[in-house]
Amino acid sequence: MPLVELRDIHKVYHLGGEEIRALDGVSLDINEGDFCSIIGPSGSGKSTLMHILGCLDSPTSGTLKLDGMEIQNATPRQLATIRNQKIGFVFQFFNLLPKLNVLQNVELPMVYSGLGGRERRERAMEALRHVELENRSKHRPSQLSGGQQQRVAIARALVNNPRIIFADEPTGNLDSHTGELILDMFRGFHREGRTIILVTHDPEIAALTSHKIEIRDGKIAANLDRTLAGLDRPIPAAV
Amino acid sequence: MKLFNAIMIGLKDIWAHKYRSLLTMLGIVLGVASLVAMAAIVKGMENGMKESLVAMGGVDKVRIEDEDVPLHQQHLEDQAPGKTMADVLALQQNATLVRLISPEMGLRNDVVRRGGKTAYPSETVGVTRAVLEMNLYEVQHGRFFSDYDQEHASSVCVIGTGIRDELFGAPEEVGEEIIPIGEIIHLNGQPFTIVGMFKHYESEMTRKLRELAQQNKDKQEPGIQRRTGWRSQRWDAFWRKNNVVYIPIRTMWVKFRSGAGREVEMDDGSIVAMPDPRLDDIDIKVRDFDKIQEAIAQVKNILMITHNGIEDFEIDTQEDRIEDINKNIRNARMSGGIIAALSLLVGGIGIMNIMLASINERIREIGTCKALGATGTDIFAQILVESVTLALLGALAGILAAFGLVQIIEAASPTQNSPVITTTPMIIAVAFSCGVGILAGFFPAIKAARFDPIQALRYE
Repeated sequence: MPLVELRDIHKVYHLGGEEIRALDGVSLDINEGDFCSIIGPSGSGKSTLMHILGCLDSPTSGTLKLDGMEIQNATPRQLATIRNQKIGFVFQFFNLLPKLNVLQNVELPMVYSGLGGRERRERAMEALRHVELENRSKHRPSQLSGGQQQRVAIARALVNNPRIIFADEPTGNLDSHTGELILDMFRGFHREGRTIILVTHDPEIAALTSHKIEIRDGKIAANLDRTLAGLDRPIPAAV
Repeated sequence: MKLFNAIMIGLKDIWAHKYRSLLTMLGIVLGVASLVAMAAIVKGMENGMKESLVAMGGVDKVRIEDEDVPLHQQHLEDQAPGKTMADVLALQQNATLVRLISPEMGLRNDVVRRGGKTAYPSETVGVTRAVLEMNLYEVQHGRFFSDYDQEHASSVCVIGTGIRDELFGAPEEVGEEIIPIGEIIHLNGQPFTIVGMFKHYESEMTRKLRELAQQNKDKQEPGIQRRTGWRSQRWDAFWRKNNVVYIPIRTMWVKFRSGAGREVEMDDGSIVAMPDPRLDDIDIKVRDFDKIQEAIAQVKNILMITHNGIEDFEIDTQEDRIEDINKNIRNARMSGGIIAALSLLVGGIGIMNIMLASINERIREIGTCKALGATGTDIFAQILVESVTLALLGALAGILAAFGLVQIIEAASPTQNSPVITTTPMIIAVAFSCGVGILAGFFPAIKAARFDPIQALRYE
């Protein structure tokens, strides 16, 4: 059974009486352990698909199954819980809270899931160790470089041990070298068996993933799953 | 746990914008400070007023005073007996709701002399032992009259410290406290032996003045000290209390009243002196303050019998004075309270303004929190907690400022009744600030909670 299952997803916006079909009958499966990329030009419906996959938005019609649960009709509160428990977000602009230090930023998802202080701190430190930033736990985000900030954001995404890690242009705001390091990190998570969905407009980055979904005009233009095609092979450590 | 985190994040945000938060809180700080300080000043005023009320004999004192007979009894006016010892006896035997009766027979045109010095007492009265409890006097030196003095109409007197100051010298002037027990003074020409002297009574204000004067003694310029005029002092309840001369009531009757108490003009124009058995005052204290109305009715009934049904008296309680004091206090509180409340409200509007600005510049942060799993309720609570924290910090600062303000007021006018800071206005101020914080945070919090996570994340 796939981890994510989209069936005939439509999303329609009304803008000044005009109907905009952002998604027009999208169906796709994402399996557990996939390293999946969503690629497409701006205005293609890529962002809308990403929001629906990330449970930030609900579709107009169609069914969405995540980890065996149908969630197309979930309330905002239920969606918040799903985001908190099942999804880890990594953003292009890192989106760390500037007034909190690194440790507190990483603790934040666990605050919303209501975990106790001691356990929060232990798990946050563990996650920071994973991204090799445990010695920066008391720093403010503004005191870190872009790559370090993104690593903190990754630690924050991992800390609740989500089923899916969702990355929206994670290297878009970094220089190419730092971007490589961040991508390496994602490859590492993939090897550990985590499910990763990477949204990008860069075909080179998309080429590194095992499952490539190309979207155009609200429809899926290409869906290439190398795992299914028997093309699964070790992904090169560096490009 | 979540609440604690919300408070911590709120405190951090306040700290991150120190100056902005300080300015925002200023409204609340001033409102709370003025509320608490105002209440303290009013409390000081109240204490001063109550103090002089006690100096006059306390709240449970009831006076029976002379009054013109009512219109329908005018033709009986010359039959009106006035207050006499017969009334006192009748009340003592029959007024069960009264615990203390103090008859007073006054001396008119009273002057005390000793050597070349003259004093004009506030009152010279013949009294019984009951006067001590009635007017709240304490004999500090010597003794009060004995039953023997009463029975034999001895020429003895007990004086207040003011009379001593006039005739023998005040401690401030002569440098030592003179206790004139055994000395003889002349009361309207009659020699009297001083057997006792009362304690010195003073208001908090005069005590402070005296202490201040003592401190400044070294700095005082040489020359003749000018005494403040007695006319102004006559209005002071404490001055009156210290300048009494009390003699046994029987002595008053024998020496001053039985021969020529009053003068009556005869038909031919000649003036004839007659004995005058009338009392100037009958003061009573009721047994139970809650039953004061019943006690007054009882006293009135008894007096109507002894006065042959002629209503030539009036019963006057301190209630009017208490009512006056309470009214003044209420008015002062009300006006001060309204000003403080308005100030707090303005402070609240300031907080709302800042919270709205704050959520607008944090839209992306709020979007991030929502993506990380914060529910609308989480965001709502966060904003509300920040607003309330801001208001409460302001309230605490305001209470501290109130203490400072009160110190300044005390330093500026050391002789006034000092302001007394009480906890009730503090609790009210903190509760009110908390309410203002909730009100001010409510609208911004709802706004923030309803942010669409996608819009909020995209916001630049």
